[in-house]
Amino acid sequence: MHTDTLTIAGRGFGSRLFLGTAGYPNQQVMLDAMEASGSELATVAIRRISLDGYSESLTDVLAGRFGGKVGLLPNTAGCLTAKEAVLTAQLAREALGVDWIKLEVIGDRELLYPDVEELLRATEELVADGFTVLPYCNDDPVTCRKLADLGAAAVMPLGAFIGSGLGIRNPHAIETICARSPVPVVLDAGIGTASDAALAMELGCAAVLLNTAVSKARDPVRMAAAMRDAVSAGRSARLAGRMPKRAFAEPSSPQLGLIGS
Amino acid sequence: MSSTIRVNGREEALAADTVAALLAARDILPGTRGVAVALNGAVVPARRWEETPLTPGDALEIIRPVQGG
Repeated sequence: MHTDTLTIAGRGFGSRLFLGTAGYPNQQVMLDAMEASGSELATVAIRRISLDGYSESLTDVLAGRFGGKVGLLPNTAGCLTAKEAVLTAQLAREALGVDWIKLEVIGDRELLYPDVEELLRATEELVADGFTVLPYCNDDPVTCRKLADLGAAAVMPLGAFIGSGLGIRNPHAIETICARSPVPVVLDAGIGTASDAALAMELGCAAVLLNTAVSKARDPVRMAAAMRDAVSAGRSARLAGRMPKRAFAEPSSPQLGLIGS
Repeated sequence: MSSTIRVNGREEALAADTVAALLAARDILPGTRGVAVALNGAVVPARRWEETPLTPGDALEIIRPVQGG
């Protein structure tokens, strides 16, 4: 069995599935799903403390269950400008002691679609400030290239709108991005079920980031295990080198010795 | 003229003279994990909470990690 370690910014991962922590029926299900997924990287958001004060930290809960096995990737979800995203990232670094950031800068609150200009600006600023930047971006080879050139540690193109479960809307774009990217490509957003995750890996993605597909499944723990298998299967298929697609049929059974010929 | 500051978007009376004092009133100490603070758009590291004064019109953000995708 060959090792197939994923490396991002010099850090190795045994699992190519990154999992979000939002939207589960309860915290116990979230923790069980995280375990079933085999994920080694969990995303968290950054928000104001509530009025009734400070309660147990989510990161303490994760550390309590998984120790150092599951790392943290804070996000800048909800930010509309580079300025907001940069401050959020800096606050996340201060709160968590982690300098990795999933950079989200949104141009439309309904679509949660990236604002490319602000995203590029924020990436440049955060890279200069010593962050390991993983930007959530559109499935556009030009944007992905610009992000890599600015020093992003990976690029994270969407498959479809966040939380939509619509799968990979433009597989050819994702495949092209993967073929050209000098940094790992993490399919992030829109995955709905296991086959979507497997397809992402078959197209050449280095990893997959998903949340809603698991947290809103009827059985999140079972879906987390399914995603673990799907990412593994898709990756193996990719490494195995698929057969070429053919326009016509090509029989697999021999043509000679046919009865009645 | 009343002295007010904004904490997490809500206006309140300025009752503490330093960031550390305001946070302590909310049971947040420099050793508390998983919390960070920004004053007027700039992060204030825990080691500087005690020496950072609060003045009327200041805006403070106190954040922590929550579930997210």
